[in-house]
Amino acid sequence: MSRSDASKLTLFLLFTPFVLWMLLLIILPQIGVGYLSLREKVGPGDYTFGLGNYADFLGEPVYWNTLLRTAWMSVLVTILALFAGFPVAYYIAKVANQRSRAALFLMCLVPLWVSDLVRAFGWIVLLRETGLISGALQDLGVIRGPIELLYNDITVIIGLVYTVVLFMIVPLVSTLDGMDNSLLEAGYNLGGSRFTVFRKIVVPYAMPGIVAGSIIVFMLTAGSYLTPILLGGKNSMWFTEQIYEQFVTRYNWESGATFGVLLLVFTSFVVWLGLRLTGQSLASTVAKD
Amino acid sequence: MNVAAPQSTAMRWIYLAYMLVFFLYLAAPLVSAAIFAFNDSLFPALPWKGFTLDWFFGSTEPMLGLFHDRRLMEGLKNSVVIGLIVSTLSVAVGTCNAFLFERRSFPGKSLLYVLMIVPLVIPGVILGISILVFASMIANGVEEVFGWEWDFLRPGTFLVVIGQFSFLVTIATLVIAARLRKFDVSLEEAALNLGASRSRVLMTVTLPYLTPALFAAFIVSFLMSFENFNTTLMLVGSDAPLTITMYDRMVKVGSTPVLNAVSVFLMIGSGLLALLSIFAQRGKGQA
Repeated sequence: MSRSDASKLTLFLLFTPFVLWMLLLIILPQIGVGYLSLREKVGPGDYTFGLGNYADFLGEPVYWNTLLRTAWMSVLVTILALFAGFPVAYYIAKVANQRSRAALFLMCLVPLWVSDLVRAFGWIVLLRETGLISGALQDLGVIRGPIELLYNDITVIIGLVYTVVLFMIVPLVSTLDGMDNSLLEAGYNLGGSRFTVFRKIVVPYAMPGIVAGSIIVFMLTAGSYLTPILLGGKNSMWFTEQIYEQFVTRYNWESGATFGVLLLVFTSFVVWLGLRLTGQSLASTVAKD
Repeated sequence: MNVAAPQSTAMRWIYLAYMLVFFLYLAAPLVSAAIFAFNDSLFPALPWKGFTLDWFFGSTEPMLGLFHDRRLMEGLKNSVVIGLIVSTLSVAVGTCNAFLFERRSFPGKSLLYVLMIVPLVIPGVILGISILVFASMIANGVEEVFGWEWDFLRPGTFLVVIGQFSFLVTIATLVIAARLRKFDVSLEEAALNLGASRSRVLMTVTLPYLTPALFAAFIVSFLMSFENFNTTLMLVGSDAPLTITMYDRMVKVGSTPVLNAVSVFLMIGSGLLALLSIFAQRGKGQA
């Protein structure tokens, strides 16, 4: 066997798992969901094809309100995570000295490895009527009776930012890490104020990290299930909950698949729009490291 | 002098205070979940009734500890089994992918690379339902045409493994590819020039260099499999992993301190594993 034959063979061998994975676990299943979403039930065991499930979705304001609400809250969470995470990432990458930065980065990573459930659970223990904050406020005499801090939108947002902010910090740290401090120095020497230097040098440099973090955070938030449901309670109105309900509680797979397609298309559209507006591409941001 | 740091004293203090508040925010729910695992009370709530380890080791109702709770231990076992299988598969396929994308050139490479990243940004619930739908289609088809019952394609451990694998491959690939990119190809060429065969070079030069990354990818996949909820939720059968068991307990019984005990156990366990993966990447990684 010649060398080029061997090389072709290894290329083929390397390609096989990739193609099987992509085809069997990603592409065909997505097509399957798309197919299912176009199937309408007209009678027992009798189906036709059409856009009926999508019409049902549009005809029921609760459904599209939930989708819009999920998208809007996810955007809000993404922005908050960016604003909360940026100073931290900047501190770790640029301000802290060599030794403390590793420790700080590690401290950021530890909650990342704890499951969503445990984190949501911690918030419940903290915020519920008989929880720590309510108890502490009563002991301090700020409030008379116990207060319920769970089951409102602010709590859901605080909890969501908490679960995703680390996914913002990690890409930001790795981009800011590559920035040479002499760029900042040059900016000051040319007479820039701190704000100008930040706006004209730091932010453009960090852009790939900002976009990567925002994409991951947005998708994670829009697709999250536990945090909105556990912290938001019965009326959290989260879209993944609707999907779960259609699939598992009502066993209405056709309409669940429709919801799935809509969520994916809608969130992809938001991400695409974000990439367009910032002039970045998926491969150059998310997959950078 | 660090030009990146704020220069005025007031700003520096404000910045430090912000960092402090942020880390308090990070720690608060974890610490508060942990505290009540040691409260001698039937509810994970105030008032504090004294220190106990019963929620870990207690063997009688109502204070049945984590280590004697059959369902929770069952869930833990399922999680470990699923995690080990998924991580092994992900590292194996991830290694192939890393070699494919780092070493080879082929038409459409950049497009396929984007495709490789995509599972990372598809919401977990959607990955879950798509695999559920596809597997059921195959199972129904096979049953209709051949009359075979392919039960492994119905919700259960096999589908959970497949579902988690579908996105963990991407993560494993990225971790391994990052290290492969730093590898100096001339080392391989030198070995080839000295007469080693391709497979021998792979076994004695390339793979040993990659080992820390393979190890790290394995641990990262294991941790992510262990904590995964969204994808698993749609695919789970009767052998539920720990996160699902905990969630069921929480929805049905309400939160009890034994769940706090499980949380403490998970925090310590995943913290240790995460540290291990960081040291694996760093320790030998400098060579």
